[in-house]
Amino acid sequence: MIDLPKPKQDVLDRRDVVHAGLCAILPEGGVITDPVRLKPYETDGLSSYRQMPLAVVLPETTEQVAAVLRFCHQNGVRVVPRGAGTSLSGGALPLADAVVVGMMRMNRILEINYADRYALVQAGVTNLGITKAVETDGFFYAPDPSSQLACMIGGNIGMNSGGAHCLKYGVTANNVLGVTLVTIDGDIVQLGGTHLDNGGYDWLGLVIGSEGQLGIATEIVVRILRAPEGTRAMLAAFRANEIAGACVDAIIGSGIIPVALEFMDRPAIHACEAFAHAGYPLDAEAMLIVEVEGSIAEQDALLGRIREICGQFDPLSLKVSQSAAESAAIWKGRKGAFGAIGRISPDYLCMDGVIPTSTLPDVLGRIGAMSEQYGLKVANIFHAGDGNLHPLIMFDANDPASLHKAEAFGADILKLCVEVGGCLTGEHGVGVEKRDLMGVQFTETELDQQRRIKTAFDPDWLLNTAKVFPLSASIPRAA
Amino acid sequence: MIAPDTEEGFAAAIRTAVAAREPLAIEGLGSKAGFLRPVQVADTLSTRGFSGIPLHAPKELVVTVRAGTRLDALETRLAEAGQHLIAEPPHYTFLEAGAQTVGGIVAANLSGPRRIAWGAMRDHLLGMRAVTGRGEIIRSGGRVLKNVTGLDLCKLFAGSYGTLGVMTEMTLKVLPAPEATGTILLRGLQPDQAVEALATALGSPWSVSGAAHLPQEAAMAMGYEQPVTLARVEDFADSVTYRLGRLCELLRRFGIAEKLGTEASRTLWRAVRDGEALPVQPNDAIWRVSVRPSYGPTILRRAHDAGMFGYFDWGGGLVFLTGPATVEAHEAVVAATRRTKGTWWLMRAPEALRHHADAVPSEPEALATIRRRVVAAFDPAGILNPGRLFAA
Repeated sequence: MIDLPKPKQDVLDRRDVVHAGLCAILPEGGVITDPVRLKPYETDGLSSYRQMPLAVVLPETTEQVAAVLRFCHQNGVRVVPRGAGTSLSGGALPLADAVVVGMMRMNRILEINYADRYALVQAGVTNLGITKAVETDGFFYAPDPSSQLACMIGGNIGMNSGGAHCLKYGVTANNVLGVTLVTIDGDIVQLGGTHLDNGGYDWLGLVIGSEGQLGIATEIVVRILRAPEGTRAMLAAFRANEIAGACVDAIIGSGIIPVALEFMDRPAIHACEAFAHAGYPLDAEAMLIVEVEGSIAEQDALLGRIREICGQFDPLSLKVSQSAAESAAIWKGRKGAFGAIGRISPDYLCMDGVIPTSTLPDVLGRIGAMSEQYGLKVANIFHAGDGNLHPLIMFDANDPASLHKAEAFGADILKLCVEVGGCLTGEHGVGVEKRDLMGVQFTETELDQQRRIKTAFDPDWLLNTAKVFPLSASIPRAA
Repeated sequence: MIAPDTEEGFAAAIRTAVAAREPLAIEGLGSKAGFLRPVQVADTLSTRGFSGIPLHAPKELVVTVRAGTRLDALETRLAEAGQHLIAEPPHYTFLEAGAQTVGGIVAANLSGPRRIAWGAMRDHLLGMRAVTGRGEIIRSGGRVLKNVTGLDLCKLFAGSYGTLGVMTEMTLKVLPAPEATGTILLRGLQPDQAVEALATALGSPWSVSGAAHLPQEAAMAMGYEQPVTLARVEDFADSVTYRLGRLCELLRRFGIAEKLGTEASRTLWRAVRDGEALPVQPNDAIWRVSVRPSYGPTILRRAHDAGMFGYFDWGGGLVFLTGPATVEAHEAVVAATRRTKGTWWLMRAPEALRHHADAVPSEPEALATIRRRVVAAFDPAGILNPGRLFAA
């Protein structure tokens, strides 16, 4: 189980003072202290962990966020930033002595500029909301995490979120031009803007993916891109993970970069097919979804080449989508993977390691062996183009021993990812979940250097305390 | 000059300098020594003795390079595998030495025309090893394409000009080089019309990967008689042919669009990338300005009024300017850019001007305070390229 730092008694003792101070800053209804109304904020997408916060505030302007942070800083109160609360790593898990700053009321799109291809949005706008606002004009916002219907752009900034299409379009950091950041001192600083490169240090690049350790993003300038003429997907089914892995190598080696290249193993195929009825091949050990873009003729040409390459790997079946509806069905299975696993197992942990793609067969073999050793089932979904592996470990949360086993299994998988040359997390973030594994990937010297940057922004360690860095190191700093 | 051939050699050199309190100039081959602010140092620590390519995994789209490796050597190696550097880093004609290192191009975060569509050097820096001003060896990122583990020091180091640490090794994302390149060329447009034409092209579904405009003086430097506006497409040959056709139709209202094939396109875009089109005189200063694309013409106009010439890339978002190396000219660039909330670099100037002038825009005080703390966190003794980016 994950430890949280001991609440600051002096803050708990001043609960009423803190509440009153926050109420003086925010408009009516902007401060929540009633336990019943606090309840929805006690957890996030990592629902095994729950902790009621001291209070929740729902600011409506950047200035209110600044006033809240200044107040918290002056009073030594910890702060937990929160978007939609979809973090799978516990990034928005509250602390008993912390004020949760919920960004959902800052949900306006402030400007859309097609000539300069950007949108200025508040942090509480949903990821999909940006694309919805520009798609009738043929544009889109590229990063597309599975939670895109709910997750907010502010949270995407925190975690540097990815998605299924980042092989071609990159992750959040590659698609954001500017951020308005509120520091723990209550200063409002503009990082980047509506231009591409920045003179001086790349604070924007440092802040994106910093998991709320350095400040709170209130307004964001995102790049919007013109959508391609069309997209089309195909399915290829193979007899073994090794064969599918070799096929991925051959596709990339041919000079084609598909817009998405997704891999599913046998348990994932079965779970998703039962859920989505997408026509997934149930006789296969491994399956690829390959998506290309362009005009109909360009799609035909690319899918023809990919079909030919897949044909050299003794496929069990190849199915090229013939319509937008068929492509949508193919993706429905993949995008619904988490829900599908949820139907066959009461609970699951979604891991997020990254591996060099060449190590996939070896890694899947070793995960299979661990699965037997732990007695827990696992299904693997893999962004094959970029090496981001999502093992879904199935367990029963009603049985504490089962959760502990699942967590130990997950930790072993992540250690394996690092061992083969990869990393702990590709898009979900470290949060509380992987905090104590940071020493597997980094030396103490490296962690110290990162912690000094944290200290430079947040000298008292009030921002999202007890996340990202191993607890043993953040407690003394945050005392 | 100290030019270690091991990572530990860099660490030892830095520890010695810290102990002696003697600042070091950090460089590769010194090609960018005339960029930004000059540094007052006792010695130079160069990466030139530390070269090589420990890893190239073409099917995983990654290459790991030691900092002192020559950029052209890396590009040749990638080309042999049918790949290229995505950000299309420039080989500026105005460098002090002909050759530059990979470490230098990353530390300066310099990107070419393709940046408008595919991202900057900083976007493709997947991992690095570096020696900090504490003499400590640190890593950030890794050798995989996706990684959000811990703070992203790679982005902080890209563009930091060796002021936080010496990057010794970097891992870059690479992509297959396109089979064909094609260009749409429009003649005689004014900068405002050019930006509109380029915005139309960049806002089309046809994956434009270069969007530049050369006004009269710059066009003449390239052998054209009137201004030229350029939009590029790179992909498989059939796709390039198809998209050039569609772009010609789309841009018809801007005049008769000419199509250039692969060879002519590559020559022309190399010139745009490298600043060849800049009508630069030997003692002139050079500025690089990054603004919202539609502000590009305003910057050009204001600079022209102050006696400067230039052209723009990135659809208007990157403006190269050259003119007399005077405080007045510099102030004109600063004032014009400030009004657009953009950013600028004093890329080349005689040392006298670089001593007096800021090299990049100054920060608001709240950010400057944080910046000083962050720099001190990496280099508490202030021995790595002190003052190169900011005077204080």
